Amino acid sequence: MKILVCISHVPDTTSKINFSEGDTKFDTAGVQFVINPNDEFGLTRAMWFKEKQGASVDVVNVGGAETEPTLRKALAIGADNAIRVNTPATDGIYVAKQLAKVAQDGGYDLIIAGRESIDYNGGMVPGMLAELIGANFVNTCIGLEVEGTEATVIREIDGGKETLKTSLPLVVGAQKGIVQESDLRIPNMRGIMQARKKPLNVVEGVEAGTHSKAVKFEKPQPKGDIKLIDPDNLDELVNLLHNEAKVI
Amino acid sequence: MSVLVYTESEEGKFKKTAFEVASYAKGVADMLGTEVTAVSFGAQSAGDLGNYGVSKLLKVNDEKLQKFNAKAYADALKQAAQKEGAKVIVLSQSANAKYLAPILAVQLEAGYASNVVALPEGTEPLQVKRTAFTNKAFSFTTMSTDVKIIGLSKNAFGLKESQTETTEEDFSPSLTEGDFAVNVVSVDKAADKVTIADAEIVVSGGRGMKGPENWGMLEELAETLGAATACSKPVSDMGWRPHSEHVGQTGKPVAANLYIAVGISGAIQHLAGVSASKTKVVINNDPEAPFFKAADYGVVGDAFEIVPKLTEKLKEFKANNA
Repeated sequence: MKILVCISHVPDTTSKINFSEGDTKFDTAGVQFVINPNDEFGLTRAMWFKEKQGASVDVVNVGGAETEPTLRKALAIGADNAIRVNTPATDGIYVAKQLAKVAQDGGYDLIIAGRESIDYNGGMVPGMLAELIGANFVNTCIGLEVEGTEATVIREIDGGKETLKTSLPLVVGAQKGIVQESDLRIPNMRGIMQARKKPLNVVEGVEAGTHSKAVKFEKPQPKGDIKLIDPDNLDELVNLLHNEAKVI
Repeated sequence: MSVLVYTESEEGKFKKTAFEVASYAKGVADMLGTEVTAVSFGAQSAGDLGNYGVSKLLKVNDEKLQKFNAKAYADALKQAAQKEGAKVIVLSQSANAKYLAPILAVQLEAGYASNVVALPEGTEPLQVKRTAFTNKAFSFTTMSTDVKIIGLSKNAFGLKESQTETTEEDFSPSLTEGDFAVNVVSVDKAADKVTIADAEIVVSGGRGMKGPENWGMLEELAETLGAATACSKPVSDMGWRPHSEHVGQTGKPVAANLYIAVGISGAIQHLAGVSASKTKVVINNDPEAPFFKAADYGVVGDAFEIVPKLTEKLKEFKANNA
């Protein structure tokens, strides 16, 4: 089985978010970048398929040279090859079209992408990619087994989960649950050394239009002062929730 | 041309989010000088949709579409959009809507903006305000395509009444075998439990609860309020609570009317994930906990004493206001 894992290069979850150039650009100064957490859960499941079922695992990112350390980290975790599509990740459809080209050229059976990136939260690339290449698609994937060309997928739904059957080629939108947090791997020294020698192929992007553009950013208004309530006067809290906040 | 809205229902009854997306679609339709057409799978009649500005309801009653299927529903919505000449399609951000939206976007070559929180700021080009960086920021996004899809965040717009005469029409999309290549074999869903996605109120516990055996008091508080229960990341990582209850940046987002955080210090990732909630209450014995800077109301003290007392007070309140 040939697996492709799509990797987004995103600010660490602890990052403070700031904007520059008149609030039109994300300010990357002092920001630590990581593998998008949803992608990392997917990559870790891919490693399971590699080790248990002999799958090959490639990773791909759409972005400039600054994203290569993130791809190297994926190689250090255990991916076999990395591909970087050398073009800025402008919007969802544009990225999906770049990935579709890589997917078709590579003839992958299974493509795993995080259900959304934690930066722009578009939540559209996995589904668009599947539709573009005519593959089956399951989103919010929290369990995945493959036998031959048949796949059993568990999807998180609002208030529960459901089990689905489908066939390869398949794209899944992965999230926590496809593996557990404790299954995530921190690259060891050997992995990091090996990753330096593994292939990281740079390919040029394909012509594609965009559908949307983030023209401006804004940070939420800082919260007003909190009202503290004495633990011996909880009637006051009930009163505030009813009369002031009007939520009960 | 009309504004098309995907209205979700359960067992033939519209969900509250259906009325919210309809309200929003009406707002967009007014800006564009057009009307709202709703599409429903399984609803027998328009019911209350007319209260929220829906002029026409397309009822899909295909046997094969009784159960949600992302690809088939997307195909049906595509055909409905084409039939109505819809330029804007509005849907919720439920798990199902988020699943089908990107498929629909490719089929219609439409732009798609997810997590939208307000009516468009302009229509030429269509510009929407959406959350990004997991609620740490807003992004103003324009769409340049002929057809645009808007995913409306839950609780961001609310219900807006607008009495409208609703005409009903049966709609039978033509479906292909390819629409049914992914099939549900089983569903595991607690029928009597309020889900985080649907909840108006969420009661959430963190490490300060000291262990899974202490969740009973949070469940009782939640039950009193008709709330869903949730937890912080460490709690789900330690296996005290299921992952499906983990809220925060890498878990579920919460956009409730009321979010009650008990024994949660308020790491930046957690605060980001719950910040779309309207009113936040924090109960924590550490007055320095970061959550006190992000909440509306706070109680400093021992959760093990405060939570049961608060539950009693709320029961009294409910009894007096029933």
